[in-house]
Amino acid sequence: MAIYGTALLAICTLLGVALGEALGLALHVKANVGGVGLAMLLLIAAKQWLAGRGVLTPTFRLGVEFWALMYIPIVVAMAAQQDVLAALHGGPMVLIAGVTVVLLCFGLVAALGRLVKTP
Amino acid sequence: MTESLHKIVAEQGLVLAFALVGVLMWLSAVVCRRLTAGRIHASAIAIVAALALAWLGGVLTGGKKGLADVPAFAGLALLGGPMLRDFAIVATAFEVDVSEARKAGLVGIIALALGTIVPFVVGVLIAWSFGYRDAVSLATLGAGAVTYIVGPVTGAALGASSPVIALSIATGVFKAVLVMTLTPFVARFIGLDNPRSAMIFGGLMGTVSGVTGGLAATDPKLVPYGALTATFHTGIGCLVCPSLFFIILTHLT
Repeated sequence: MAIYGTALLAICTLLGVALGEALGLALHVKANVGGVGLAMLLLIAAKQWLAGRGVLTPTFRLGVEFWALMYIPIVVAMAAQQDVLAALHGGPMVLIAGVTVVLLCFGLVAALGRLVKTP
Repeated sequence: MTESLHKIVAEQGLVLAFALVGVLMWLSAVVCRRLTAGRIHASAIAIVAALALAWLGGVLTGGKKGLADVPAFAGLALLGGPMLRDFAIVATAFEVDVSEARKAGLVGIIALALGTIVPFVVGVLIAWSFGYRDAVSLATLGAGAVTYIVGPVTGAALGASSPVIALSIATGVFKAVLVMTLTPFVARFIGLDNPRSAMIFGGLMGTVSGVTGGLAATDPKLVPYGALTATFHTGIGCLVCPSLFFIILTHLT
């Protein structure tokens, strides 16, 4: 049943977000700390456990994989509702800060990536 | 006639958004094949086109939610909103290779630390050069360079002025837009072609929308790895920017 997969995904997402909120409260932060990341870890663990018991049928997988495949269209919809106008109207400080930070971080990605590859 | 059309638009917002995004992605695939000979990923074209439409929506309505402010396209706010976005990000974890994710453990944490410190310092220095001298404004603007959520959260916690908070949000949104659009073009030069570098990328760039959008346009297989580290970024930023980083700043100014 595809709904089992979607329900598993929903349960992992809710648990992860709840854990993230709890972590935020514990740390006195007004934000969800890693809720989505924790949900991903829960889903990975659930998948391993279910695979071991042989209940991961193709339709079960479909219930999760459909949403994974919908990810890019959702990102496109997300892009369509960004406040691009404000981002461009922020003036030179916004432009300089944005470009500098992004280029610097791209450089660091390359540096760290190379650091990891050498050993 | 127009009345029933309005009714359909109002009641079928999400369904309309599915159709709209589908058409946009199909057009992008055509542009990708015909005009760029497959060199620029269709998803990248779709994301840039969506950003352009968001700009148009802002110009037409004066609102803050891009194309979703146009009543006919209000369903986009639900389809591209945080609820379905997070749901779909979690779903991508289903394909994660556990051993790959483990290998990136330590370097992922280093990337997260650098990804918070470097943007904050750069943001503060640039705000300083534009004449801001008080620690509250500097911390808020520095936090905005981390992500567009960390900026307003920090500003609200410290009691920054509204224009400063708006600027910090604008910096964060601009950063997300830049990461979304530039990543496919720089991916080759920064070695962004394997799960481990995707996790480093997620930790360093931080902004979830930018990271996942950029990776989706580069190689959809890398999305879950980048998202895994990026989702911790905003939380960590909201933790250290209004506290530790602000205290350090008050001692420096």
